[in-house]
Amino acid sequence: MKCRKCSRPAVLNMRQHNLALCEVHYLEWFVAQTHRAIKKYRMFGPDERVLVAVSGGKDSLALWDVLLQLGYQADGLYIDLGIGNSTGYSAASREKVEQFAAQRPDAHPVFKVVDLEAEYGETLPEVAQRVRRGHGKPCSVCGLIKRHVMNRVTRDGGYDVLATGHNLDDEVAVLFGNVLHWQTGYIARQSPVLPASVARSETGHNGGLARKVKPFCRFYERETAAYALITGINYIYDECPYAVGATSLRYKEILNRMEEESPATKLQFYLKFLRARKAGFFCERAEEVELHPCSNCGQPTSVSGLCAFCRLWIRTTGAEV
Amino acid sequence: MKITYRDREWELQGRRRVRDAIKEVRLIPQTVLAVRDGKLLTEDVMLEKDDEVKLIAVISGG
Repeated sequence: MKCRKCSRPAVLNMRQHNLALCEVHYLEWFVAQTHRAIKKYRMFGPDERVLVAVSGGKDSLALWDVLLQLGYQADGLYIDLGIGNSTGYSAASREKVEQFAAQRPDAHPVFKVVDLEAEYGETLPEVAQRVRRGHGKPCSVCGLIKRHVMNRVTRDGGYDVLATGHNLDDEVAVLFGNVLHWQTGYIARQSPVLPASVARSETGHNGGLARKVKPFCRFYERETAAYALITGINYIYDECPYAVGATSLRYKEILNRMEEESPATKLQFYLKFLRARKAGFFCERAEEVELHPCSNCGQPTSVSGLCAFCRLWIRTTGAEV
Repeated sequence: MKITYRDREWELQGRRRVRDAIKEVRLIPQTVLAVRDGKLLTEDVMLEKDDEVKLIAVISGG
């Protein structure tokens, strides 16, 4: 198979676009498509400061790489959750992020680390075990912690927007799960851009959620992996040990089987969903929840008093966050 | 030819296309990338009997 733009051998055939490209043209296409998505969905402008949530995986490191190439002011945030021992999953992931930043001295990437154990006294597995949330798996606690920390660092650091490396496979797996369970509130909120929101406060708390964007939301997962492989990004190949058997992975497998039989199934599922959402098929207003600032940290919460993150640390140990 | 994927390894006899080799080891072609001598291969590439191909899993998350 040859590149559509030149006669060199293609390295990737994207059946959903009927497009095969060589290494050089694939990299050009990938960067241009990212830029296009940022502009199409009005994610952020050239003068805005972007915080990229980096995990050490292919998607987030590829995103950081592309944003730096495009000239955006993009800093990285790594949350060290303390999974595994000193040579375990978190340590290995963190090493990949450090290596990525060190290999780009010209771009001067700023890279922040929030070490859960150092800041809050416990690792993710420890806090998950203590609070017994999530039926023995720390995934729900992990999500809660990451959302809180990412929002805090985005707001405290004066960033305009938080960018994550979610790809189309991630998005369709979530959508598929939400449709199966008719989670209408979640369906209504799923979008390439989640606008900033302000928590109403009578006490002057500076609450609110930072704007969140997903510039890779139109790329298949194999495309972000191909970009990382071709550009030599050294990412963590191993899966998080807690992801084994995760429902989202099962959904991804089902969707990929459908994609095999009928190319572009995933792309059409997502794009037609976005079109339906834009046309008002899902009513966000009905699902809207009033946000209040947490009485401890000021971050938004749907109930008065402490947010779920602060309850994790305060209720059971009495420790200050 | 030798096919490797994570910590697994298969020996397949004769020539076949990348797509057929992936299916033969019971993986979904959409979920892997094939690499030979450090270069990505499209699914139509014919593999020779002495080739060594590494399949890279592309699905992640939890």
